[in-house]
This record gives sequence, C-alpha cells and structure tokens, in this order.
Amino acid sequence: MSAMENTPDQVRAILQRELGNIAPEADLDTLAPTVDLREELDIDSFDFVRYIAAVSEALDVDVPEQDYMQFSTLQGAQNYLLNLP
Amino acid sequence: MADFIMPALGADMEEGTLVEWMVKPGDQVKSGDVVAVIETVKGAIETEIFENGTVGELRVKVGETVPVGTVLATILGNEEEKAEAAASAPATPVHAAPETAPKPQVPVAPKAPAGAVRASPAARKLAMEAGVDLARLKGTGPGGAVTLADVQAAAGASSVAEPPSAPKRGFDPEAMRRGIAAAMAKSKREIPHYYLSTQIDMTRALQWLSAANAKRKIGDRLLQLVLPLKALALALREVPELNGFYSEGAFQPNEQIHIGVAIALRGGGLVAPALHDVDKKSLDELMRDLNDLITRARTGMLRSSEMTDPTVTLTNMGDTGVEGIFGIVYPPQVAIVGLGRVVERPWVVEGTLEPRPIMLASLSADHRASDGHRGGIFLNTFDKLLQKPEAL
Repeated sequence: MSAMENTPDQVRAILQRELGNIAPEADLDTLAPTVDLREELDIDSFDFVRYIAAVSEALDVDVPEQDYMQFSTLQGAQNYLLNLP
Repeated sequence: MADFIMPALGADMEEGTLVEWMVKPGDQVKSGDVVAVIETVKGAIETEIFENGTVGELRVKVGETVPVGTVLATILGNEEEKAEAAASAPATPVHAAPETAPKPQVPVAPKAPAGAVRASPAARKLAMEAGVDLARLKGTGPGGAVTLADVQAAAGASSVAEPPSAPKRGFDPEAMRRGIAAAMAKSKREIPHYYLSTQIDMTRALQWLSAANAKRKIGDRLLQLVLPLKALALALREVPELNGFYSEGAFQPNEQIHIGVAIALRGGGLVAPALHDVDKKSLDELMRDLNDLITRARTGMLRSSEMTDPTVTLTNMGDTGVEGIFGIVYPPQVAIVGLGRVVERPWVVEGTLEPRPIMLASLSADHRASDGHRGGIFLNTFDKLLQKPEAL
C-alpha cells in the first residue's frame, strides 16, 4: 500500500509506531507535531535513518537522501508522505 | 582442565552478574562460542569462551555477582576428564555397557547464540528481578528485541503494582557512570595525554557520498561515519604507534585494527565496542557491520570480544552539534580520535574564499606510545585519505 492510499491518521499512526520502536521510552501522545524529533527524543543520525527506512518500508515508498530532513517533525513527515506524487 | 572465568570486559570492570547460562554440563564448546550472558555496568554482554572442550561444572548460579577472575565453569579437554564429568553429572540413567575402545563422542550441540533472546540490558535486568521469562515475550524493539517496556508490561500484568519506594529497576545509568568515572580517572591519572586537531575539508567526501547514495535504496545507503571510519583504519597502518595497548610498561602494537566505536545508549551511558578489521573491509561491509553493532549495543546483545578487542577508539560528536571533541584515552589503548559536526565555513581555495563543509578531527594520544610528530603525520594522512573517498 502506498502512502497516498492511506489517510492522514493512518500515516500518523505508522510514523508514531516506527518512532516508538526507535525511542520506546518516549511519550508519543504528548509529542507536539512540529517539535524537532532528533532534539526532543535525542535521536542520532543512525536511528534517524533507521526510522525513515522503517517508515519507507511500511508505506512502500522511496525517500531520497535529500528529503530526510522532512522527517525532522511528525507534521513534516506526514505532509511529505501524503504529498508524494 | 581449563577454567572459564569472569572476564574483565573493560578497564573499569571489577565484577559481573551471571544472568544466563547458554550451555549445560556435558555440552561441547569451541573457541568463540557464546556460553553465558553477563551483566556489567555497560549492560548485558554475550560472553564467549576461548577454549575447545566439554563443559564440566557450572560453578556460579544465575543471579550471582562475582569478582573478575572468579571461575564460572570448568572446561574439560580430554576423554578422561569428560568421563569424570559424565560420572558426576546428575544425568538421566546411562546404559553402562563396557566399551573396549572409546567410541567417538556423540556431539551435543551447544545452544546456539542465534537462539538467544534479543533484549536490551534494561529489559534483561528487570526480567531477572521481576521473574519474567524473556523467551515468552514478543519483543517490540529493533529486530524483535524485547524492550524494557515489554518487560514492564509483562511484569505489570503478572504482579501487583510496584510500590513507590521499590528499588530502582532496569538499566542503571548511575552504575555505568561510576564505571566510566573509574576508567577515565585512571586514564587521566596514568596516561600523559597529548592533543592535536586539524580542520578537514569534507567537500569531496560528501559529494562522493551523495552520488553513491543516490544510486542506492534507502536500506543500502552509507552513513557519513563510514568514510572517516575507514580512513582512520588506513591511516593507522601508516602510524601503527597509535594502534595497540600500553601494558607492562611498554607499548604493544597490534597488527589488526579493531576500532572501538563510541555509541551512546538511550537512557544514558556509553559503550565503545569493536568493529573488527576495519582496514580490510569495504565501505558496504563496514556499513552493514556498523548497523549490526549499533543495533546490538542498544538491544543488549554485545559480545565479550567486542568489549575487549578495540585497539583504538573513534568518537563522533557531530550528531549533537558539537564542533570538536578531545577525548580521554581508554586504557590500555593509546589513542582516541574525535570527530565534530561538519560546519559550513569560509575556506580559501587557490586564493579564492569559498564556503566549504569543514569537520574538526582531533587526536588524543598516550605520550608513552607516540609523540606529537607522529600524531601529526597520522592526522595529515587521515585528511588526505578523506580527500580521495573513491579509494576508501
């Protein structure tokens, strides 16, 4: 299933699920959608790429390296994924 | 007969807790097999044996904390010793038909490490304390690893709520901090450090990396760190005085280059397990091994050899935004290389001022093993190697 075939809520749920796998101690329910995830959750470059790769696989989309920063926030990632051509 | 003892998995380790035996008396083992899981201040470590033979007596029970050097088990090396072990083992009845000649021993497969439950150090510790069987849990962490949250959920489901005054459970950052403090204080007391740094233009390295990654699927892409990792290993070939150990009053160079990669753990603390033979691996192999090492470090599946083998350490602080770091040598190693964040800076190229991505690389080294001149040659070589990323 591609990202475009998902509702915003479904995409958000996948983002939160994969983020939870990277930072299991994080309280994702209280995480502001526009907060910088790497700073807020202390995610290093290794885990950040792993998070993007997991989302990419779950939604069957390719994310070019130059677009990684779109995933810095939950809102940014959701918008990016829902607007993929 | 040989003894399998509580190993020192780092200069700061004085004792360890046996949390799991992965063999039983009578099992055959060979050098490199993981035979036990030992909890240290750096987490649960899969501990290998470096003997061939048959497990005799297990002398330390699960849950016991014993000093480094304590005999954990005996390993029997010949038929006579194995027969003694078989006779003394509380085994099921054995057919006692006399044999005129020893028959080939029926191999007893040691429990494979692959069968071990993947779990974070915190999860292992809490599981042991709460009496939760890790093997019965479905892990939600990376690679199906059991996380602290999984164990907490299982413990909560099977027991009454923890009283507020209950002792601290799970991975203990304070214990790790004490361990790091002991090792670093020892280093600062005993090692005469010298420090050097150089600014490296990363333009070529980043351009090469970007082009290489553009051709790859996301799971196959290289992280920037693998370039300096390989360059470091190759530079150490040129300056071997920085690769090895200082022990018994002299520097002992190491032919193999095993780089300890500093990995921050979630919840606090730090480990620097070894990536083995870095100079001999391709960038793709290094990326694969780095992925595996970081994942296992964060899920509590490091091996004892990875804790004891590093011949030099690499610490990368670029992720935190720090521009430079001057590390403290981890004894008995003699050098640590630090990397800062890549920062856009004004740079003069052939008389013209240009913005360039610049990284500060540092070397902290033991003056008993090398001097600043050789350290300078090392950093210069490191820089030159990063200017030819296609050759790494």
